Amino acid sequence: MNHIVCFAYVPDTETKIKVAADGVSIDEADVKWIVSPYDEYALEEALKTKEATGGTVTALTFGPARADTGLRECLARGADEAVRIASDGLGQVDSLGVARLLAGVIKTLPHDVVWMGNKGVGTDAQVLVPMLAELLDLPHVNLVTKLEWKDGAIVAHREIEGAEEIVEMSLPGVIGATKGLNEPRYASLKGIMAAKKKVIAVKTPADAGVEPATIAGPAAHVRWTKLELPPARQAVKLIPGDDPAKAATELLNLLKNEAKVL
Amino acid sequence: MSNVLVFIEQRDGKIRKSSLEALTLGNSLSKKTSGALGAVIAGSGISGLAPELAAYGASRVFVADKPDLALFSSEGYTAALDAAATAFNPSIVLASATAMGRDVAPRFAARRGVSVLSDVMSLDVANGRITGERPVYSGKARVAVTAAESAAIQVATPRPNVFPASKADAPGAGEVVNLDLGTLTIRAKVVKIQAAEAGEIDVAEADKIVTGGRGIKGPESWPVLRALCTELGAALGASRAAVDAGWIGHEHQVGQTGKVVSPSLYIACGVSGAIQHLAGMGSSKVIVAINKDPEAPIFKVATYGIVGDLFQILPAMTEAAKKLKA
Repeated sequence: MNHIVCFAYVPDTETKIKVAADGVSIDEADVKWIVSPYDEYALEEALKTKEATGGTVTALTFGPARADTGLRECLARGADEAVRIASDGLGQVDSLGVARLLAGVIKTLPHDVVWMGNKGVGTDAQVLVPMLAELLDLPHVNLVTKLEWKDGAIVAHREIEGAEEIVEMSLPGVIGATKGLNEPRYASLKGIMAAKKKVIAVKTPADAGVEPATIAGPAAHVRWTKLELPPARQAVKLIPGDDPAKAATELLNLLKNEAKVL
Repeated sequence: MSNVLVFIEQRDGKIRKSSLEALTLGNSLSKKTSGALGAVIAGSGISGLAPELAAYGASRVFVADKPDLALFSSEGYTAALDAAATAFNPSIVLASATAMGRDVAPRFAARRGVSVLSDVMSLDVANGRITGERPVYSGKARVAVTAAESAAIQVATPRPNVFPASKADAPGAGEVVNLDLGTLTIRAKVVKIQAAEAGEIDVAEADKIVTGGRGIKGPESWPVLRALCTELGAALGASRAAVDAGWIGHEHQVGQTGKVVSPSLYIACGVSGAIQHLAGMGSSKVIVAINKDPEAPIFKVATYGIVGDLFQILPAMTEAAKKLKA
C-alpha cells in the first residue's frame, strides 16, 4: 500500500506566542518549529503499516522552506519520499485553500491511505481531514485511537464526546490520527544520515492544479483580521490552606456567592 | 434576508445540548438577518424530535430518517445537510464543534467550495457577513475571523458549552420537511458506539472540570477527585503528566495536546501549570488552583488558590459541597 502523510510544521508546544507587527500573524523570531504532535501519530502508524505490509510512505507538507527540516525529520524516521508545496508569496490561505493544494498534489501520487493528525497545534481549525476526503472523493475517519487492518478495509476506534465509535471504512481513504494511537519513534542515527542525502520535491500551486488567485487574497473565504493574546487574568485570591475544612468552606462560599458558578 | 440552517446532532434519539446551543445562536443570527431558521437532523426513527427544535425557534425542520442513518456516517449525514441546504438556501450554516460537527461541516463546506469559521467562541453577523473569535495555537492566542464576500455560503462551528441554549420567546412553526436522499454511498460507517463509564461527563462538553496533575501522585488518587466531581456535577480532567504516566486515558487530557476547554469552573489539583496546560484551560471563567507549591505557575492564572495538601483539601471540599446542597 502507498501511504501519504500530510503534516503541519508548527511552533513547538513550549513556544510563547507573540503577535507580529502586522497584528494578524505571530512573531516568528525565536520560534522553534516542529512536526505537529498529532501528525507524528499519523506518520508513526503509516510507517508501522508499511513495515508490516510493504509499500511506500510519502511525507507531504505545505509551507515555506523551513518546513524542509520537518520533511527531513519524517525521512529520518523512515518515510521514503518528501514533497513540499511552497507557500512563498501566497499570503493568507484559508483551510479550503490548503486542502485544495494538498488534494491537487495527492491526486498526482499513488495513494491507498492519506494520513494526518486530527489537528495541528497551530491555527487549529481541525477541518483538513474531512475537507481533503471530500476533495479527493474518499471516505474518512477522524480522531482515530486504534486501528485494525482487514483486506481492503480498516476498523477504527474513534474518540467522541463521552464514548467511542467503531468505524468500518473501505480503502482508499483518509485517516485522522489522535493521541493514543501509538508512541511515535525517534529517528535513528542511520535514518538521519540517510535522510540528508534524499531529495525533497518542491511543488508550486500550479503543480497542484490550483491557480493562486483562486485561494489567496480576496479569494480566501475565511480571513484572519486580528490576532491577540488572551486578556490578562486578575490576580489570584489566596485562601490559607492550613485548616483544610475552613479553607474548603471559604472556597465554596466564594464560588457560590462571589463567582456565582455553583 | 438570509436564512440560517443548523445541523442537529442526536445520540440514541436524544438531541445533544451542544446542538441546542448552536440552534439558539442560529435563532439570534436569523433575527439579525431577518431570515428564517431551519434545522436539519439525521438518524432513524427520529421524526418525533421536530417539536423540540421548533421550541428553540426552528421554522422548518429537515428530517433525514432512514435505517441507513441509524448510526453516524460522515457521508450520510453530510448528504442530509447538503440536501437541506439545497432546499432551504441558507447563507449561514452552523454545526456545533463536536466530533460529529467537525466531521460534517468541513465536508459540506468543501462540497460547496467554501471554508469554515471553526471552533468559534463568539459569532455575530453584520451586513450579511459573519465574524467570530476563536482560539489558535491551542489557546495561547485568539484570532478574529471573518467570512469574506466571496463566500456564497458561510459555515461556522461554534464551540460547545460557550453559547447558552434557551428556548425561543416565540416558537418556530417547526414544519417538518422529509428529505429524500436517494441511494447513499457510504464507505465509512459507525457500526457500534461504546459508551464511556456510566455517568462520565466528557471534558470537552463539561461546565465544570476537576483536573488532577502530577501532584495527585498516582492513579489510586482518582477516587478522591471523582468524589468531588460527583458532588459538583463536574467532569474529570487530567494533565499531560498524568496521562503520559499511564494513570488515565487520553480522553481526559486537557491542554495543548489534549482538549482545549472553557468551562465556567476549572479546579486544578496538583497541576503545576506548564505552558501547554495553561493554553488548554486559560479561557475558563473561574479557575481554582490547589497546590502545595506556592510558586507553581498555575496560581498566575487562578481566580482562587489554596496552597496546601490536596489530599486533605479535596475531601473537605467534597464535604463542604454536600453541605452547600443540603
